[in-house]
Amino acid sequence: MSKKVAFLQGNEAAAQGALYAGCNFFGGYPITPSTEVAEVMSIELPKVGGKFIQMEDEIGAMAAILGAALAGSKVMTSTSGPGLSLKQELIGYGCIAEIPCVIYNVMRGGPSTGMPTGPSQSDVMCAKWGTHGDHPAICLTPASVQETYEEVIRAFNLSEKYRTPVMVMPDEIVAHMRERIVFPEPGEIEVTPRKAPTVPPEQYKPYDTSFGDVPPLAAFGSGGYKFHVTGLNKMQDGFPTTKAEIVQAEEERQVRKVDANVDDIVQFEEYLLADAEVAVVAYGSTSRSARYAVNAAREQGIKAGMFRIKTFWPFPDKQIKALAARVKGFVVPEMNLGMCALEIERNAQGKAPILGIFRVDGEPINPDQILEKIKEVK
Amino acid sequence: MEKKLPKIEIIEKYCKGCHICVEFCPTKVLEMQGFVAGVKNLEACIKCMQCELRCPDFAIKVITD
Amino acid sequence: MAFDYDKWIRPGKLPHIWCPGCGHGIVMKGLIRAIDTLKLEKENTAIVSGIGCASRLPGYMDCCTLHTAHGRAAAFATGVKMAKPEMNVILVGGDGDGTAIGGNHFIHACRRNIDMTYIIMNNYIYGMTGGQFSPATPTGHKASTTPYGNPDPNFDIAKLAIGAGATFVARGTAFHANQIDKLIAEAIQHKGFSVVEILDDCPTTYGRRNKYKSVIEMMNRLKEVAVPVKAAEKMTAEQLQGKVLTGVLYKEEKPHYTEEYAKVIERAQAAK
Repeated sequence: MSKKVAFLQGNEAAAQGALYAGCNFFGGYPITPSTEVAEVMSIELPKVGGKFIQMEDEIGAMAAILGAALAGSKVMTSTSGPGLSLKQELIGYGCIAEIPCVIYNVMRGGPSTGMPTGPSQSDVMCAKWGTHGDHPAICLTPASVQETYEEVIRAFNLSEKYRTPVMVMPDEIVAHMRERIVFPEPGEIEVTPRKAPTVPPEQYKPYDTSFGDVPPLAAFGSGGYKFHVTGLNKMQDGFPTTKAEIVQAEEERQVRKVDANVDDIVQFEEYLLADAEVAVVAYGSTSRSARYAVNAAREQGIKAGMFRIKTFWPFPDKQIKALAARVKGFVVPEMNLGMCALEIERNAQGKAPILGIFRVDGEPINPDQILEKIKEVK
Repeated sequence: MEKKLPKIEIIEKYCKGCHICVEFCPTKVLEMQGFVAGVKNLEACIKCMQCELRCPDFAIKVITD
Repeated sequence: MAFDYDKWIRPGKLPHIWCPGCGHGIVMKGLIRAIDTLKLEKENTAIVSGIGCASRLPGYMDCCTLHTAHGRAAAFATGVKMAKPEMNVILVGGDGDGTAIGGNHFIHACRRNIDMTYIIMNNYIYGMTGGQFSPATPTGHKASTTPYGNPDPNFDIAKLAIGAGATFVARGTAFHANQIDKLIAEAIQHKGFSVVEILDDCPTTYGRRNKYKSVIEMMNRLKEVAVPVKAAEKMTAEQLQGKVLTGVLYKEEKPHYTEEYAKVIERAQAAK
């Protein structure tokens, strides 16, 4: 049997990926350039008995998905820059209360209203540092329509596996371009279920670390489980505490869920990197120009390769450190003023120079620009 | 027939001494005894339950049968 | 017979954090009596709050409890109710949490007429942060941020709820303890979004700044200003000056949100 093929936009693929992952609750708010996700979900979710709600604002949408997740749903919201800023308060809530959820954010020009229809990659730092306090962060940056579909599924899986919010951040180009997509068969891509409690309700604690760093999560209104959830620093039973040693241990555990599993979470693509002297580090639509530029450089006898970031957070520190030790230089094209470059600088520790191409004018970075920079690496 | 008196139980560790029960008891059964409420005149109790209803601290139980 | 509140309270959680004379405990007792009368199941009842003194209430209740972020209770609760329409969802919180930072979520929950009950403990002040004025603080009154008297007009929370589309709106006071459970029980039984405003007292941060000498004075004020809606019908405008109506202020039968969304599901599946 041949697989189902379609010609889809990135945003439509994101919605389809969510449905494949078993998303049964979507809370949204209209915002360019991500609204198509909400539109598709409003059509498709009720067909499968799921729920779609358009809330009164971005914060409300984030709150609604967290509430629904605690009642057992698999949840997603979609937004873009200004909406992401508004959602930050409750993304932090999701982190501390450890609620699985997916936040799909299309990167448009910013800050503030910026350029609603222009592409950008300037939300990547916001994905990690946007909400206050120390917290785990997972952020995926797909580069194609097919990958958007698959990364949304992976985002659901990671959010369930690590009981934490996960962001998927395509830039506006990936979100709005149309490409061929091949749908996987049901069961072809593994879907991670929520870790359900194995103890009876009277013994259940929502943050019981005797089950490891990721405790099982019961659902309100199912199986007789009743428990307390708060945004305050909490104990294993979910009730607030200010006891220094408990707060320290719990904060460290929440961050460790990601930090101790970087190899499981981080995905990347190495393109012609084995013998490369110049490493182009790119992500999202920019990586498509970078691939073209690397091919052009090779044709001219320059040993260039590309490290394509798929998982922006946790950042592929180990891989960039290793590259820094063996390449002559990095070329970093990105649609912001040097956010990824900063992370590479942190890892390169002066071992290799970093040449950035930073555009915030709403125009994509073209291959020629990248090729010129590749040639500048000495 | 002898009047059957209720038992007024005051949970001292819950009582925060707000005076509400003492002030609003229609028959002045209760009084402040130091920082907490106490029973002064149980005989006067008409079992209206107002003290139990209004105690914000879950500190009073009027036990009748 | 003494009411057994203990069966609804999580073991070891009392005494609560509220100040001496704060009426929140009286409201919590009313809520317990209401849900006990209605024989709600603990594991099928979600109690959701935002941030503030009143929002600490869920932590004491032996139910599914959710202490959310400041102002967000209604939006979180909307998610819970949509995901599990069969659950009883009760929101609790204060006037600042519900009508300032949470004002937007509040009016839209009213508009959707989603079947939940919102108990607003209106003590006219932000208590937990030390007594700043809220949208419910009467004009001219003092708060830590209105040292010269509050220049802001205040919301009438019940009118706000009615205007926004809530289909059951009631008001009681912390003094009239016996009425609280009845209002809340009727609100929970009502299909649609129900709001119960309980006029409350904050002796610590509101009373002392506004010349109330004691908790008792504050309670007596609640007693004096409250006029039951029935009694008010026979009173003149002059007599009603400075009074606050209590009881069921508004009630209307209208389709509620999860029932309407069930129809959306039916239509979507029929079109498939």
